[in-house]
Amino acid sequence: MRKLISLVVLLAVAAGLALSLHRGPFGAEGAKAEAGLDSDKVNFGRYYVHEGVKETGATNIVSSVVLGYRGFDTLGEVAVLFIAATGLAAVLHLAGPSRGKRDAEPASLVVFTGCRFLFPLLLLFGTYVFVHGHLTPGGGFQGGAMIASAFLLIYLGCRGRALNEKGLRVTESLSGLAFVAVGLAGLAVGGAFLLNFLPTGSPYSLFSAGIIPIVYVAVGLKVGCELGGIIDRLAGGAG
Amino acid sequence: MIVFQTLLVLVMITAAVFAARARDLMNAVIACAMVSLMASIIFYFLQAPDVAMAEAAIGAGLTTAIFIFAINRTVRHEKDEKAD
Amino acid sequence: MSLLADYIHYVGCFALVLIGLYVVLVKSNLVKVIIGISLIDTGVNLFLVATGYLRSGTAPIFSSAAAQPGMMVDPVPQALVLTAIVIGVSVLALALSLAVRLYGEYGTLDLRKIKELKW
Repeated sequence: MRKLISLVVLLAVAAGLALSLHRGPFGAEGAKAEAGLDSDKVNFGRYYVHEGVKETGATNIVSSVVLGYRGFDTLGEVAVLFIAATGLAAVLHLAGPSRGKRDAEPASLVVFTGCRFLFPLLLLFGTYVFVHGHLTPGGGFQGGAMIASAFLLIYLGCRGRALNEKGLRVTESLSGLAFVAVGLAGLAVGGAFLLNFLPTGSPYSLFSAGIIPIVYVAVGLKVGCELGGIIDRLAGGAG
Repeated sequence: MIVFQTLLVLVMITAAVFAARARDLMNAVIACAMVSLMASIIFYFLQAPDVAMAEAAIGAGLTTAIFIFAINRTVRHEKDEKAD
Repeated sequence: MSLLADYIHYVGCFALVLIGLYVVLVKSNLVKVIIGISLIDTGVNLFLVATGYLRSGTAPIFSSAAAQPGMMVDPVPQALVLTAIVIGVSVLALALSLAVRLYGEYGTLDLRKIKELKW
């Protein structure tokens, strides 16, 4: 009965989607947008692409949208991640110590050596990705996820070693504070929260784009430590 | 090029159907990682390299690890369900 | 062939969303439902990026060689999807922690047996 009703609902939803998307085929706006014929759409994307390098100094337009034009949304996203990590810590703290069903056998020598060899390389690569976020594809979230993958390698292959829980928490809190502090500094200097108050420099060089590299370093460290803390708590860390 | 993207979409849909029908939860999680991987490659073909990197690192790596840790602490097999 | 090129990405996205919706509505194991939520997330993110695509467009990054802002794809959906992917994984982690806690309390993850949750 439940399956039948669900299938009917899904068919109705699929029919509705097919009817509404029939008018707008995929990728068809290319020629019309450049010719200026699409005047009923508000073309923010076109404005950001044409003016982005002059106004923010970052050559990666997605970075200038994420931290320059829409920086407040990124602050909200960092706050959501923090709330989820705190909620997970609170729920799992009350669940008591981990009673994993199958105790893993210790990793073999090949896995152990490989994990120990790869861990600093992954940390270095993740740091490279978020430091160069305003020049190449990448940024804070991607670099932070790579750092969290490096932390995951410790749990997978390093024979019982665990992360320094306190160091992770301190780094994460300080990075979050750094993000908000940069925003408040913008408020103090220019009158707008997260204003780009440092000089934008010349494009394609590392020290350009104002506050964007600084905020990316803070976001990368925060996301990496946060996801690493989530992994640590789910894998049975005490704490 | 469009034939290759069609192939990727078909593999993604097949992996999603397998994830929906698998009884062993480990198989379902690995199929979910396959869906994320195909989505990451399609993101690259849609000229979005930042999103492709984020989806590959987070979707195909960390989500799978979080699921496996959670399955280790709960059940492994989905019981047979009866339609009610 | 042009019909394929026009609609295959949208068909892929919404097939993912509908399969995920089916798993959420019908299955009774909590971890399976959370896998369904993850499938819906992936499908919606794919749709958002696909709406910004232009035929023969290029990625919105200025490398020093090709600096043509004319045919770049829309960067705004990409920025939004970047945020959405990270929020998706954090919601998933919180949901799985609640599932672990429920298993500790009730001893089962079958939604029909956990008495407070009825369809």
